[in-house]
Amino acid sequence: MEEGVVNEILQGPLRDVFDSKQLITDISGSGNNWAVGHKVFGSLYREQILEKLRKSAEHCDCLQCFFVIHSMGGGTGSGLGTFLLKVLEDEFPEVYRFVTAVYPSSEDDVITSPYNSMLAMKELNEHADCVLPIDNQSLFDIISKIDLVVNSGKLGTTVKPKSLVTSNMGAVTKRHKKPFDAMNNIVANLLLSLTSSARFEGSLNMDLNEISMNLVPFPQLHYLVSSLTPLYTLADVNIPPRRLDQMFSDAFSKDHQLMQADPRHSLYLACALIVRGDVQISDLRRNIERLKPALQFVSWNQEGWKTSLCSVPPVGHSHSLLALANNTCVKPTFMELRERFMRLYKKKAHLHHYLQVDGMEESAFAEAVSSLSALIQEYNELDATKSMPVPDVPRLSVAM
Amino acid sequence: MSIVTVQLGQCGNQIGFEVFDALFRDSHCSQGLCSKRENEAYQASCKERFFREEESGVPVARAVLVDMEPKVINQTLSKAGQSGRWKYGQHACFCQRQGSGNNWAYGYSVHGPKHEESIMNLIQKEVEKCDSLSGFFIIMSMAGGTGSGLGAFITQKLQDQYSSSLKMNQIIWPYGTGEVIVQNYNSILTLSHLYRSSDALLIHENDAVHKICAKQMNIKQISFRDLNQVLAHQLGSVFQPTYSEDGSFPYRRDPLGDLMEHLVPHPEFKMLGVRNIPQMSENSLAYSTFTWAGLLKHLRQMLISGAKMEEGINWQVRPPLSGLPPLGKMSVHKDLHLNTSVANLVILRGKDVQSADVEGFKDPALYTSWLEPVHAFSMWKTQRAFDKYEKSAALVSNSQLLVKPLDMIVGKAWNMFASKAYIHQYTRFGMEEEDFLDSFTLLEQVVASYGSLGP
Repeated sequence: MEEGVVNEILQGPLRDVFDSKQLITDISGSGNNWAVGHKVFGSLYREQILEKLRKSAEHCDCLQCFFVIHSMGGGTGSGLGTFLLKVLEDEFPEVYRFVTAVYPSSEDDVITSPYNSMLAMKELNEHADCVLPIDNQSLFDIISKIDLVVNSGKLGTTVKPKSLVTSNMGAVTKRHKKPFDAMNNIVANLLLSLTSSARFEGSLNMDLNEISMNLVPFPQLHYLVSSLTPLYTLADVNIPPRRLDQMFSDAFSKDHQLMQADPRHSLYLACALIVRGDVQISDLRRNIERLKPALQFVSWNQEGWKTSLCSVPPVGHSHSLLALANNTCVKPTFMELRERFMRLYKKKAHLHHYLQVDGMEESAFAEAVSSLSALIQEYNELDATKSMPVPDVPRLSVAM
Repeated sequence: MSIVTVQLGQCGNQIGFEVFDALFRDSHCSQGLCSKRENEAYQASCKERFFREEESGVPVARAVLVDMEPKVINQTLSKAGQSGRWKYGQHACFCQRQGSGNNWAYGYSVHGPKHEESIMNLIQKEVEKCDSLSGFFIIMSMAGGTGSGLGAFITQKLQDQYSSSLKMNQIIWPYGTGEVIVQNYNSILTLSHLYRSSDALLIHENDAVHKICAKQMNIKQISFRDLNQVLAHQLGSVFQPTYSEDGSFPYRRDPLGDLMEHLVPHPEFKMLGVRNIPQMSENSLAYSTFTWAGLLKHLRQMLISGAKMEEGINWQVRPPLSGLPPLGKMSVHKDLHLNTSVANLVILRGKDVQSADVEGFKDPALYTSWLEPVHAFSMWKTQRAFDKYEKSAALVSNSQLLVKPLDMIVGKAWNMFASKAYIHQYTRFGMEEEDFLDSFTLLEQVVASYGSLGP
């Protein structure tokens, strides 16, 4: 809802990739106000958005899924983005809605981000099929780690230039780097791996609709923590390549997750491993057997693994792994979000900015908290089953 | 008589290709160890069953390829075409774009009715090109969405439309530790439906085939291609021609009919497993020699002890000696449980096959009491060697071999069903909890029936 970012894209090296008729911009932005994004711009641009969506959909032989990408803390992405979610659900009910949402870090500088995030969460709970939460702190930590290796100056330890998960040098000529570019590249790689099986051949394909089918056991529990490995490939041929098995181990370490979460010490509801490159089924099986004992799966899904093998690795790598986990480790992030929200809400701070928007009621806030609390409660109940023995469900007995 | 193969989903199509390739390769193998005339008759018989001629002279597989997304079929078609030796029919495939999402309900309730006409038409066209139809061979997995759900649907339609033709479903059981999270649901739904509409279920477990690749073939980094090739070898050893008994034709005419007649005497017992020995890497093969006595001894013990491959056979399991009172229904040690059979078929291929002695397989102690061994056991043979193995012995068995894995799948699915996890993914496409319960009931019945086969 402001022109700067979109204009930059239109002047950049990818300007020909985007259809300029499929862009909608306004002037003044949403002022970091969910209500402005959702209510004001929502109703203002609904028809335009619908028209352009229909046009894009017409060009598809078979439309399978929408990727909705936005931040939670701002006004446009959060407000208009979640408004769009509802539109998509109404207009294209059969098409899956995947949301990649960037959650605010604890040191985030937008004061109203807890309000925006909370209001957006309710929409995500109700209208998204699958959400991949990301946060900037984790992305930043990953970059720092990579920088450490690249600049460590250890003799001979140079990273293959095109292999950085944070680099876009694989595709485009070097250009003036912006601060968030490296971090965003990680998310871009996430989306690339997610769609790799749909774009390339492999011995065990996986489409996007299979992600939803396998990783969402109950409709509300659709938040997936993601991790990408390896982060880079070493260029020196004398150093043996990071063992394949190390790639699998890393995927479960909290340092490789794209949000602040530790799946290893929480409860898994389901897990997907999307492998690319020169990896065979026996490698995959060996690693699942190896890592399984250290992970806790919910009692009714003890072998909750979904796997996929795509033959084509990302540029610069010989293999790569994307792990998606439906895990109770998202709970702390949500609880923190609720806490930060309550701190503001108790004092009614900045509330008037929202309430003065046409159509925005205070009840919306209460409903949003209640929605998030219900979700947290679900995770709590699951966590409670963690160390309990697997219940023995009596089987049907058949008369012979 | 000819067999029309229907390849469904990624698994079905990947395996189907390997099967046709193995059949073709073997029938054109120069190391048949038999006379030229014999070889030609073998080739002709194999050809009639599985391939047909086209003007170009390149044999065309009698197959229909079905998948709900295009990549695998395109790959399969081009792999076959590239070989230059055989190919698939130009218009023999049906493809959609978006897949079935690993969802049995989507494959069965959405894709099935929507594409029924197109798919059945394709099959009809292929059937019309057969002089005489023995039946259908349907290759599918039960873990995914297309093979499992659409496979179950198509099998039912085949039963309706071709009620006098036989149907054998080749079903792949997934690895126990998941390939697909909802695989157990998809499996029980598939098996219960197929039990009603198919004539025989020929079952291969990925875990078992994987072990063969690892221990017998010594493959280090096992790929799906490796698994599929072992599987194709096993299927080839069953489906390639064997001598007919009445001597009017050199080779048996009706492979499916013969298999059903010998192996499925009772509709409650439809699950068949295949064992084939020897199975080893080509390098090892060059240094090995075999005797029929040795092979048959191993094969018999594999049958009795429930072993799935030649290595690590449990020799402790023994049938009770005749004259002595039989062991109780379940032996003291679970490991010593004798695998009781409904029916067995041994297929021998290769040098000096007439000297092979299969008396050991006729021991009544191996079989359930309601069939005499003379009815329960059959043997087929041919002098012509298979796939460069000087001697090879296959066992197709309708026995308790598959009860334990089936029981495990039912148990896991039941456990998940009790928590209602993932059920919403199925009900959104028209299924109900009742459908699940029906499936569970049917399969518990099958487990119980096979379990009670003992003395």
